[in-house]
Amino acid sequence: MPAVDQHPWPQAAAVVRDWLAGPATPGDLAAARAQMGFSLAWHIVVACLGVGLPLLTLIAEWWGVRTGDPSYRLLARRWARAMGVLFAVGAVSGTILSFEMGLLWPGLMGRYGQVIGLPFAIEGIAFFIEAIFLGIYLYAWDRLPPRVHMLTAIPIIIAGVASAFFVVCANAWMNQPRGFTVRHGRVVDVDPLAAMFNPASPPQTVHMILAALMVASFLTASVYAVSLLRGRTDRYHRAGFFIPFVLGAVVAPVQLVVGDWIARFVADYQPVKLAAMEGVFITSSHVPLTVGGIAGDHGLKGGLEIPSGLSLLVGFSPSTVVKGLNEVPPARRPPITGTHLAFDLMVLGGLFLIGLGVWLLLAWWRTRRRGESDPLARRGTRLFLWLASFSGLAAVVSLECGWVVTEEGRQPWVVQGVLSVRDAVNPAPGLMTGLWLVLVVYAAMTVATVYVLRRLAGERPVPVAPQEADVTGYPVV
Amino acid sequence: MLADTVLAVMWLGLMCYALFAGADFGAGLWDLVAGGSRRGRPQRALIEHAIGPVWEANHVWLIFVVVMLWSGFPEVFAAVMSTLYLPLTLAALGIIARGAAFAFRKASTQLWQQRLFGACFATSSVVTPFFLGTVAGGVASGRVPPGLAAGSTVTSWLNPASFLGGVLAVVTCAHLAAVYLCADAARGGGPELVRAFQRRALVSGLAAGAVALVGIAVLHADAPRLFHGLTHRALPLVVLSAVTGVAGLALLMRSLWGWARAAAALAVALIVWSWGVAQYPLMLVPDLTVARAAAPPSVLAAVLIVFAVGALLLIPSLGWLYALFQRPETGAAAAEDTR
Repeated sequence: MPAVDQHPWPQAAAVVRDWLAGPATPGDLAAARAQMGFSLAWHIVVACLGVGLPLLTLIAEWWGVRTGDPSYRLLARRWARAMGVLFAVGAVSGTILSFEMGLLWPGLMGRYGQVIGLPFAIEGIAFFIEAIFLGIYLYAWDRLPPRVHMLTAIPIIIAGVASAFFVVCANAWMNQPRGFTVRHGRVVDVDPLAAMFNPASPPQTVHMILAALMVASFLTASVYAVSLLRGRTDRYHRAGFFIPFVLGAVVAPVQLVVGDWIARFVADYQPVKLAAMEGVFITSSHVPLTVGGIAGDHGLKGGLEIPSGLSLLVGFSPSTVVKGLNEVPPARRPPITGTHLAFDLMVLGGLFLIGLGVWLLLAWWRTRRRGESDPLARRGTRLFLWLASFSGLAAVVSLECGWVVTEEGRQPWVVQGVLSVRDAVNPAPGLMTGLWLVLVVYAAMTVATVYVLRRLAGERPVPVAPQEADVTGYPVV
Repeated sequence: MLADTVLAVMWLGLMCYALFAGADFGAGLWDLVAGGSRRGRPQRALIEHAIGPVWEANHVWLIFVVVMLWSGFPEVFAAVMSTLYLPLTLAALGIIARGAAFAFRKASTQLWQQRLFGACFATSSVVTPFFLGTVAGGVASGRVPPGLAAGSTVTSWLNPASFLGGVLAVVTCAHLAAVYLCADAARGGGPELVRAFQRRALVSGLAAGAVALVGIAVLHADAPRLFHGLTHRALPLVVLSAVTGVAGLALLMRSLWGWARAAAALAVALIVWSWGVAQYPLMLVPDLTVARAAAPPSVLAAVLIVFAVGALLLIPSLGWLYALFQRPETGAAAAEDTR
């Protein structure tokens, strides 16, 4: 502890110092990881809604203006209100992440902040645009003509997708660090463009943006699936279900193809991560695809094996050699069971959503062929809606599992092959206390967000501008 | 040269954060002391109406500063964040509570919910600028050395200069907000509301002046290096800040709201710049200068280009946002909507 301070306050300082209890411990590294993981896992859901919900809202508003049907316009206003709440919690939880980059991982930012600063800077601009136009879109509903009002949603959508793109570029860099050289322990020859557009950027960004659309679509659709199940089958609730569900169902099969692309990419560029995802212990050919199972000493136990499945998936031939965890010493291997099961669960969730989409397509096709008008009047609709009411949950679980695979599969590195999490963490004492504080605040925020959103959904639709009315129509404390 | 430009742009962002988001924080303070739910209702409605559409955009300046600091001066970012992580964590929690509670209050219809979220919003509006002020005080008084958590995690922000920074931040935010709200009240709130905010603006302005005067003594004793900078190189800015501050109070007395806004904003902006000028070129004690802390030119140039292009998009958009909600509602668009 260097004493820079000429004027210490011994009493107060001693109290706080005792509370902080001495130097940093290994528990503090775990606490830092837990805090970062928790706040990211929280933010990622809200961020996905921030990418997808403006698009859904604009579709509803546009259709409402086009047809003059008030159901769609009410839907747009209802979603806009939810968007207002979600954007606010997304903005603040995102800010916390930018703080945590420094508070928890100064070892990463102090050395490499310059290398990955560029995508964050662009993301900052995009977020700024998003915030400005969201303010206009939400609050100027009655100050602008409908067409101009709809146009103000376009920058929100573009900026939302751009934010996702650039922020995932930064994460991709952690998987495929490029654009710098370490010479005599110093980071030199920094090329920010090469760092941003690293090999992992294309597959990762596409995968994430599609995931965001799926999460926003299926979460919204599942809310209205519950309404339809409860017998509220008017146009308003039907539109609330079909607009997002169809979007999600269209994106889901595309995501399967993109998922295949990114898995192949990982096989080539981060073989150890793939080995952990699939539980491959020894490099060999004719590697089976194992579904489920827990890591034992020499392989996965209790999983369902498809002979040569993984070799076929990676190289279209059973004789394809897949690298195993034995390529690196044990200390450099990621946790296997967690990564593998998270990967399987992600795929399972995606397949479930694709299946639901196919079900609706078949129902629609049969309805048309028989000259009926309503695909929801068919037998089996209740089961379909019951399953669809879990589509949001499935999408979120897949999202979180995918993120766990990316991050856990890279351990013990924070920057693949360059910097370990141990060297990146803040050496200051007391990170555990920070974790507890953050957990308490986020728990309260989660309860409040869910409660407020439920109230918004439960209220009768009000045909007024989403925010202006709050000021004049309701008492403000 | 490139490093100085990046630093200047970052400082510009810091100034904008103080001027715009600072006013939002201050509005939260006035929300807190507006009185019971019936008596304080007109004031709270005005505050909500004024900051609702703009606070998220104003908040982004903080992200701008953080990203500029880590891209342009990564070593400084790492040192500040790791040493001062306690007040920064507390400020971060305040930011969460504030933004979320404000949005929740807006979406709530029941009195007890509005009370709960309102209290949360208002309290964290005071807590957040205070802790950010302690961070500024810790850096300005030279308590953050380079290196990871190299400074004391306790006395780097529990010290007289930090306390001064925290109090000054809260008081100036309150003053800015009250002055800005005078004009909003004059446009659509009625004479009683105008008088209420005029009184608050004058009181908080005098309080800010008093804190600044006490601050001279505190800095003389606690941060001699900063004090020397403020009384030598930055002296013209400090004097000008005091003059505009006093002029702003005179303009308030004469009910010239637009001019009073400009004067108050200028006075606060000059405080931010006098800190920068007083400390330049030193970023961290004992000897980490701007030139030594800066990232390589390739990074600095890229960041500057991004922000130049970004500014072309942002400035007209921001202008539209502020203009749209500063002019009275005509109702013409609403009529067209129903047609």
